Amino acid sequence: MIALTGLITVFAQNGLQQETFNADKCPGNNGICVGWILDHFGNYTTPLMQHIVLSVVPLMAGFVIATALAIFAHRLRFLQGPLLVFVTILFTIPSIAAFLILIPLIGFGTTTAFVALTAYTLVLIYRNVISGLGGVPRSTVEAAQGMGLSDNQILWRVELPLALPTILAGVRIAASSTVGIAGFAFFAGAGGLGRSINESFSFRGNVVAAGLLMVLLAAVLELIVLAIQRVLTPWERATR
Amino acid sequence: MTTVFASAFGDAIDYIFHQRESVAGTVQIGGLGEIGHFVATHLELSFAALAVAMLVSIPIGLVLGHLGKAQFLAISVSNVGRAVPAIALIAFFIAFFGVGFSNVCLALILLGIPPILTNTYVGVRGVNRTALDSARAMGMSDWQIIRGVELPLAMPTIWTGVRISLVSIVATATIAPYASVNTLGLPIINEQIYGDPGRLGACIVIALLTLGLDGLFVLLERVVIPRGVRVARRSSRSDRSVFRRPSILARSPETT
Repeated sequence: MIALTGLITVFAQNGLQQETFNADKCPGNNGICVGWILDHFGNYTTPLMQHIVLSVVPLMAGFVIATALAIFAHRLRFLQGPLLVFVTILFTIPSIAAFLILIPLIGFGTTTAFVALTAYTLVLIYRNVISGLGGVPRSTVEAAQGMGLSDNQILWRVELPLALPTILAGVRIAASSTVGIAGFAFFAGAGGLGRSINESFSFRGNVVAAGLLMVLLAAVLELIVLAIQRVLTPWERATR
Repeated sequence: MTTVFASAFGDAIDYIFHQRESVAGTVQIGGLGEIGHFVATHLELSFAALAVAMLVSIPIGLVLGHLGKAQFLAISVSNVGRAVPAIALIAFFIAFFGVGFSNVCLALILLGIPPILTNTYVGVRGVNRTALDSARAMGMSDWQIIRGVELPLAMPTIWTGVRISLVSIVATATIAPYASVNTLGLPIINEQIYGDPGRLGACIVIALLTLGLDGLFVLLERVVIPRGVRVARRSSRSDRSVFRRPSILARSPETT
């Protein structure tokens, strides 16, 4: 009896899997139909969750690493150029190649995707941190020095807050670009909405559903960064 | 760890240089001949897309920038372009227009237009007002100003946009085999025929190809950017050492 129930369950699951991307279920044969997308929305929740993790974790890691690199280079000016060239070259390597080349080194899975995606955020954030710190008026820094602030105090209390809008503009660019690159993370075995697209390239409902979710995710992440910026820089609103 | 690493990459490099049997043993794969074919298709597709993207977006960017109109459109096209994932764009074209060279090329053109258009617009708007006033005072027509003043002076920014497009087009052309165009992505996508060495080998070639092409386009700056502009740029920027060379993404950090 139990075996029979098990058999039926397996059978039902198989049936479900085959039905998942069956374009004939869609009226008008391979059209985009809202009905199909709504009925099968459950298929996209797990990939969407994976995609959110694949975007947010590298973004945070990239923010910490790139900011640290940029502060380091802000102190030791001669490092600015070479570091910029290094992160730019990282950015130039095509993402699919990076994911697959990293597999023998790190292994098949989410970690590999994290490493590559973090590397891609570096140039976008680093560039803006450097230009934000460089854009702080000389007179402001001198005033802080005159008040007796140490170099560290100037960095944390004067330079970084004033550079914050530029820095977060970089994070915003990195957010949407990471969502896009994470679309290839399935090559590293990390799933995501890219895998949903990859499962059926020619079925319009699937492509539109997964594609729209990616675009929406990019827009939402950008808005969140924008909201963070508004909260962290109240003086920007006051002066406008 | 190191041995796994060495054997995986050794095998991949062997795949690039020597022909071998496929995983199932039915066809001959690999070797410089096959890789050469893939590279040729990859370059053909990428350059066709880049050329059309340049032909479309540079004139539009020049005219809009000259007139100072549609700033919102010219700037936001790259923001929107950034939010549309490459894989979704390619999949959309395959699902709605079918497979084939021209369809995937069209998708890559759309991918390549935003950076060039925005950079052309930003570059033209950034041209020194005094230079423009002088040109007008000398009696140059609008067309002469676009051609003789704004285009050369905006060229460094435009070229940076071209390089951004080149890199993303070459990278995305990797998934063209989904549309039956056999680029270097074929071994990556057909892993049951090519196996892990084929996949890794193709990845190494793609990475080197992209870095090489980007390097080539850096060198081409010497050809496309007039000598006078280069000299002026160097002397005016000597105080900001990092940005002497335009970074790969020239959108000014403050505005985007």
